[in-house]
Formats: sequence, C-alpha cells, structure tokens
Amino acid sequence: MKRRSDLSDQIFKVLTLAFATVAVVLTAIYFTVVVTHSTDTLMQGLSFFFGTKWLPAGGVLEIFPMIYGSMVTSAIALAIGVPVSLGVAVFLSEFCPHRLRSSLSLFVEMLAAIPSVVYGIWGIFVLAPIMTTTVDPFLERYLGFLPIFSGTIFGFSIMTAGVILSIMIIPIVASISRDALQAVPDSQREAAYALGATHSEAIRTSVVTYARTGVIASIFLGFGRAFGETMAVIMIIGNSPVINPSLFHAGATLASVIATDFPEAPAVGPLYLSALFEAALALLIVSFLVNVVARLMIRRLIRSMGSASLL
Amino acid sequence: MNRRRIIADKLFVGFTLVALAFALLPLASIVFGVVSKGISSINVAFFTELPPNPATIQVPNPPGGLGDAVQGTLILIGLSCVIALPIAILSGVYIAEYGDNYYGSVVRFLGDVLVGIPSIVTGVLVYGLIVLTFRSYSVAAASIALGTMMIPIVSNTTSEALKAVPRSVREASFALGIKKWRTTLLVLANAKKAVSTGCLLAMARIAGETAPLLLVMGTWTLWYSGLNEPVAALSYYVYYFATSPFPNWIRLAWGAALVLLVIVLAINIGVRLVTKGQRIYA
Repeated sequence: MKRRSDLSDQIFKVLTLAFATVAVVLTAIYFTVVVTHSTDTLMQGLSFFFGTKWLPAGGVLEIFPMIYGSMVTSAIALAIGVPVSLGVAVFLSEFCPHRLRSSLSLFVEMLAAIPSVVYGIWGIFVLAPIMTTTVDPFLERYLGFLPIFSGTIFGFSIMTAGVILSIMIIPIVASISRDALQAVPDSQREAAYALGATHSEAIRTSVVTYARTGVIASIFLGFGRAFGETMAVIMIIGNSPVINPSLFHAGATLASVIATDFPEAPAVGPLYLSALFEAALALLIVSFLVNVVARLMIRRLIRSMGSASLL
Repeated sequence: MNRRRIIADKLFVGFTLVALAFALLPLASIVFGVVSKGISSINVAFFTELPPNPATIQVPNPPGGLGDAVQGTLILIGLSCVIALPIAILSGVYIAEYGDNYYGSVVRFLGDVLVGIPSIVTGVLVYGLIVLTFRSYSVAAASIALGTMMIPIVSNTTSEALKAVPRSVREASFALGIKKWRTTLLVLANAKKAVSTGCLLAMARIAGETAPLLLVMGTWTLWYSGLNEPVAALSYYVYYFATSPFPNWIRLAWGAALVLLVIVLAINIGVRLVTKGQRIYA
C-alpha cells in the first residue's frame, strides 16, 4: 500500500528542514558580518597583515605581531602536544590493559571539559611560577645560544601560553588519534609480527602509517583549537602587541587582541573596531579551513573503512 | 632478535607511559589546585552575597560572595537552552530522518565545522549583529552567542542519537498506520537519553565560556535587572578577579573556578557513566 504523504507530514518535514538550514545560514552570516564590519581596514590591503605597528590611538593598525603570536604559540603547542598526544594514543590503543582503558581515556578527555578560564587561573598561579623559576631558566642555560631562548624571563610570555595550549590540545589529538589507531585491522599488526617485527616496530611501520589520515586530521583539529583559544592565552601571555625574538617575552595573538581590545575600541574610533573585525576574519578563515580539511579527512577515513566506525 | 631492537622496543613503551604521565599530571595539578585554593571560599555567603569591596585594608571587610554570578550563569545557561535546543533538536531530526541526501550531508558537515569555530569569533559575530544594532550590551546578546555555540553541538549529537534507534521502531510505527511525523516523535522519545546527554554536554561546554561574554556584555553589573542589561557570570569573575591585584577577589576567583569545575566535571563524568561504552562527540 502506498503511504499517503499528508499535510501534517509535509509541514513537519519543512519545519525540520528550516531548522537544519540554520547551520548553512549561520556559516554565511559568520563571513558576511565579519567582512562587512571590517571594510575600513580591508581597504588597507595586505599592509594590514604584514605591517608590524599596532598603535590604535595613532590610527596605525597592522596585525603582524598578533599573527606571529598566534603562529608561534600554536607551533609550541604542537611541538609539545603532538608527541605527548600520540604517545597517549598509542598507549591507550596498543599497550593499555583492557580494564584501565576506559577510565584512562575518561581522564584524558576530561582535559577537554575543563573551561579555558580555569586553565587561565591555573596558568597564572601555578604554571607561570613554574616556568619562571624552573623551565625557562633551564632552557636558557642549555639552549640560550638560540635567540628564542635568551633574554629576560617573564612568567607571562609566549612560551607559557604555548605550554598551556599544548596541554589543551592533548585531549583532541589523543582521542581522535586513538580512535584512528583502534580502527586499524588486527591483520596489519599480525602481518608485521609475522615478519619478525617487535611490538614497537609493528606500531610504527604498519599501525601508525595505516592510521595516518586520522592522526593528521587530529593534529589539524588540535591546531585549530590552539589557534583560536582566547581566555587561557589572555590571562598568561602578557598582552603586548610587539614581536620579540625571545619566547620568554610577552606577546599577543589574534584571539587575545580581540578579547582585550574590543571593550575599549568603540570609544577610540571606527578604524580600531574595523581592525578587530578583520582580525576576527583572519581567525575565522584559518579555523574554518582547518576544520573543513580535518573533517573531510575524517569522512574519507570513515568511508574507506567501510563502516560507521568510531569516528 | 638482537639486543638493540629489544631495548628500542622497551624504550618505546616507556615513551608512551611518560607521555601518559605528561597528560595526566596537568589534570591532577589543575583539579588539586582549584579544589585546594577554592574550597575555603565555598560557603552559603558565596552563593547569596555580592562581591566585597576590593580594598583589602577596609575594616570590616566581609568576605562576600558571588551570588550575582551564580544567578547570572544560571540565567545565561537557561536562556541559551531556550534559544538553541528547539532549533538544534529539530535540525538533528532533519539530518537523521530526512537527511539521507546531499543537503543532509552538507548540513551535518557544516555542523562539525561550526563546532570548531573559536568562541571569540562567535562573540564578534554577535557583537556585529546584535550589540551594534541595539547599541547595548545585554544578557540577551550573550545568550544568543552561547546559544549559537550550542546549536551545532546539540544538532550533531541529536542526529547521531536518532540514527542509533533501530529501524524496527520506525517500521513498527508505520505498520500501525502512524504518520511519519508522529513516528519521528516516537523515535525521539526512544532516544531521549542520548539526546539529553548531548544537551547536557553542550550546557557544560557553555557554562564556563568567557570570551564571547567579554565582547557582548562588557563590564559586569550586579544582580539581574532585565534582558537588555548585562549580568554577572562565574566564568567572567574567574577572569576578572584572577587578574586583579586584590587577595580577597583572587580568593573568590578560585571559588568560582571550583564551582565551574565541579559543574563541568560532574556533567561530563555523569553522562559517560550513564552512556557507558558509547562514544559521544560534543
């Protein structure tokens, strides 16, 4: 019997369709609003991105120092966070006793649940003192010949911000990488063992390489998180819009300058506000692209595995 | 097998253990730090009184509390849910029940991407859209910003929850001659545990959110005084008081951090215990 599609069914379908369209509309609105409010500085062209002077009161607004800050803090976050996360992912997927797996995974995922202001207050009163008294002097002593590890040590610095971001990306990178590793068929491992590989050789040669799409996607998502993080950063980076070769010096990021300067910008003038909207545009474009690429990779991975696996 | 390879194998296992320690150490330090420094300011006054005068030498200077922020955070979470949940749940229904086509996969994909947009950008969006238009910082604008962040999360978790309901439920309903939309409501009821799990996780996510509040509420005011006025928020006080030079304010900031941490961890651990074994991405 043919099921009649009557009026109430049609209305319900259109209603849910309308609400589903919110995601599309929202995406469009993000770009439209941010672009239309940044026209004043968009006229400046590329000098806005590559100039290094940020003098809001003088009407000179160039955001290279913040782009530098965002890139460097994210780079530190990845340099520390990715090896740790991959180690965690390999442990949870390959070595962890079955009984402990779910509770250890839960602990790692709790790092993602902690609000970023809580990371911030911990950063001010716990991490920054450790950095000032122990970590930074250690780096200066042994790597001080590099300009990035020399100079006066300030606790509120690009280095401290990078370290806190490295902790914040661990849950994202570790949990998605772990899922990718767990989805690797056992035949991959068995094939490596059959060739005489040790446990670690099997993991490095045939498990991680097999799961590399998922691992790379997780690193992209971790980068997106670090690049856009605001509260933890503004509480510990020192908020100084300058480029200093030393990582022990204060800095600012695209996200942090928006948060610190927005409240006062309207009073200073429209150009200042426009500059902050354009900083948000840069942030939006980068995080949008990073997330699109990562999600496409994850989709391809799920499809290639032929099942609606964990990812 | 030669010795070198065996040692390399052991070192590799050792490295993964060290990595795990590196990941769990900050978690332990944060939880310990927040509990030990925040517990002393948690008392009845914390939830009912207003923040004290910052002047520490003033005698008498009662410890005060963050009652306004407790109230404000509850209002913000409530309003955000009112704005976001109907939209998000119906959007999830579309993806799961009607979205087996190109448009459905686009919507699902954009949902995943929107979850990754930094909250500060959402703050900028709502500032441009609402604050500039109505020329006022307000709890309404803040709720719209937080609601905007909730929509993709809840839409994704709802669609996954509905897809997990077996086909037989829908077929049984159709066999009884029940219409598609009523069937969908039955499916929704069937998945209510997983759907509400997604809503709770989204609430936990926005409860501690601060960056958009800085942009669309400006400086804090005290008790709630209307939808077109700002309210205080626990997360905002953590930032504002922790970066202040006043010891009595800093102590309250730790208290606020503790309350947020307890809310967020309780929700996250709670829902994972209830939905044991299932993976929930939020």
